[in-house]
Amino acid sequence: MNIRGRVWKFSDDVNTDAIIAARYLVTGAAAELGKYLMEDIRPGFSAMISPGDIIAAGENFGCGSSREHAPLAIKGAGIAAVVAKSFARIFYRNCFNMGLPIFECAGAVEAIEEGDEVRIDLESGDITDLNGKASYSARPIPPFMRELISAGGLINYMVEHSNERGKK
Amino acid sequence: MKMTIAEKIIAAHCDRKAVRPGEIVLARLDLALGNDITAPLAIDLFENSGVEEVFDKDKIALVCDHFAPNKDIESARQCRVVRDFARSHRVAHFYDVGRMGIEHALLPEEGLVLPGDLVIGADSHTCTYGALGAFATGVGSTDLAGAMIGGEAWFRVPPSRLFIYRGDFKPWVSGKDLILYTIGLIGVSGAHYAAMEFAGPAVSSLSMAGRMTMANMAIEAGAKTGIFPPDEITEEYVRKRARRRYEIYRSDPGADYEGETTIDLDKIEPQVALPPLPSNTRSVSEVKGIKIDQSVIGSCTNGRLEDLRMAAEIFKGKKVAKWVRALVFPATQAIYLQALREGLIEIFIESGVAVSTPTCGPCLGGHMGVLASGEKAISTTNRNFVGRMGHPESEVYLSGPAVAAASAVAGEIIHPDKI
Repeated sequence: MNIRGRVWKFSDDVNTDAIIAARYLVTGAAAELGKYLMEDIRPGFSAMISPGDIIAAGENFGCGSSREHAPLAIKGAGIAAVVAKSFARIFYRNCFNMGLPIFECAGAVEAIEEGDEVRIDLESGDITDLNGKASYSARPIPPFMRELISAGGLINYMVEHSNERGKK
Repeated sequence: MKMTIAEKIIAAHCDRKAVRPGEIVLARLDLALGNDITAPLAIDLFENSGVEEVFDKDKIALVCDHFAPNKDIESARQCRVVRDFARSHRVAHFYDVGRMGIEHALLPEEGLVLPGDLVIGADSHTCTYGALGAFATGVGSTDLAGAMIGGEAWFRVPPSRLFIYRGDFKPWVSGKDLILYTIGLIGVSGAHYAAMEFAGPAVSSLSMAGRMTMANMAIEAGAKTGIFPPDEITEEYVRKRARRRYEIYRSDPGADYEGETTIDLDKIEPQVALPPLPSNTRSVSEVKGIKIDQSVIGSCTNGRLEDLRMAAEIFKGKKVAKWVRALVFPATQAIYLQALREGLIEIFIESGVAVSTPTCGPCLGGHMGVLASGEKAISTTNRNFVGRMGHPESEVYLSGPAVAAASAVAGEIIHPDKI
């Protein structure tokens, strides 16, 4: 399955306080959280997003607090995927657990500019810059993460796993 | 096969003889923790999962510490969700206003985390419990829900990185200064995905409070956890608090480390981390002319008795500078009570310091000391990102308790020797 959207670029070390400020941690509703995405570092950002757009960011994206409200806000604002040079570890696991597609690809982030149209093959992790026509391959998703994705997230995986062990 | 302490703990919890860095495993948990902002999402997921009972009601801890005592109606609603869930599922370890503490000070105090445990918490500073020789790491709300359903979590086994501390502590230098210095050295992703293992003669003399401060901030270097191999100080701490068995694991000599860094304390003065990153560190003497509006002493990083004692030593007989607000947050009710008995609270109040019931409060810009535009705070908390303590145009400088207290008296960031 492919996604296609406009790229919004961010730098290194975008932390989860920047992604969604603490004052908004009073709801779990993605659409509501999405309104306040990146508010303190890029005022008005949420209103600029069209559903299907893509964030491209530098190193250590999503560092800081574990708040799952961060990937929820990204999803709720209509962003379809995040490509980064690297991801902070709690953010990384949150994305696979709750279903926000993420891809690690320094080459793509270096080359792609803000405003470019990009296509991502969610299965293969191939990223194509539709402006520059260049293609990049994201770091392969580990097998266990693929299992989480095919189960439809961690909760489904855990419920199935528990059922298999005859717990319920 | 030779393994580090981190690898041994993970292996033991998935019934494997050995695990290697990079492997992904599913492992049994000794405890799963959530708080009033992360647990509501987990509870919602649990209640929609079709599972009726939690996996083990004795292995869940829920603490109302972030926006509690409730700062507004929405926070009250969230605490209510947590409270109702704890009640209906008979969660053994639920902590509410008046009978709680900041989670990462409270859980060790209550004996809920012990050496050799594998613990997850829906809070990034869960790594604090590595001070006890446990493997503890921060995760998201979905992981917490998963743990409530299956009693397990998935882990990518981290590589271990050794940090060896040698030399003598300079005056006023504490665990906070050591970890700030370390993060300054390696950067905010300098220990990316790794288990930071803290060792060396200088840390073996560090108290449990100092170790918890250091392990607490491992996440600020991008680490999966921070961990101290247990010793007599650990056993002394847990002996009177443990209500179940625990395992002592230590790293095998000759085990594989991804890197090894030796840090000489003779180089380390009290540290300050300038905004906007915890790695933006300086010696306090290099920080000149930064006038502050607020000083915060507390948090899961530095709200323990020793931190309060250090601050009180500085405040005693002195007053908070005009135009400056100083706040102290004892991290648990037990710490608050002991501080009261030792006369520390009296010292604080007489100096013009506000003393609060345990809460995370201003650390994440929640309540009890939020900053206005243009304000600067010196704080013993753990993050100083843009907008962390309030308005995006406010600034947070991180330090240990001695610098935070001295700066409150001086009205600007200053070395404790200078007041």
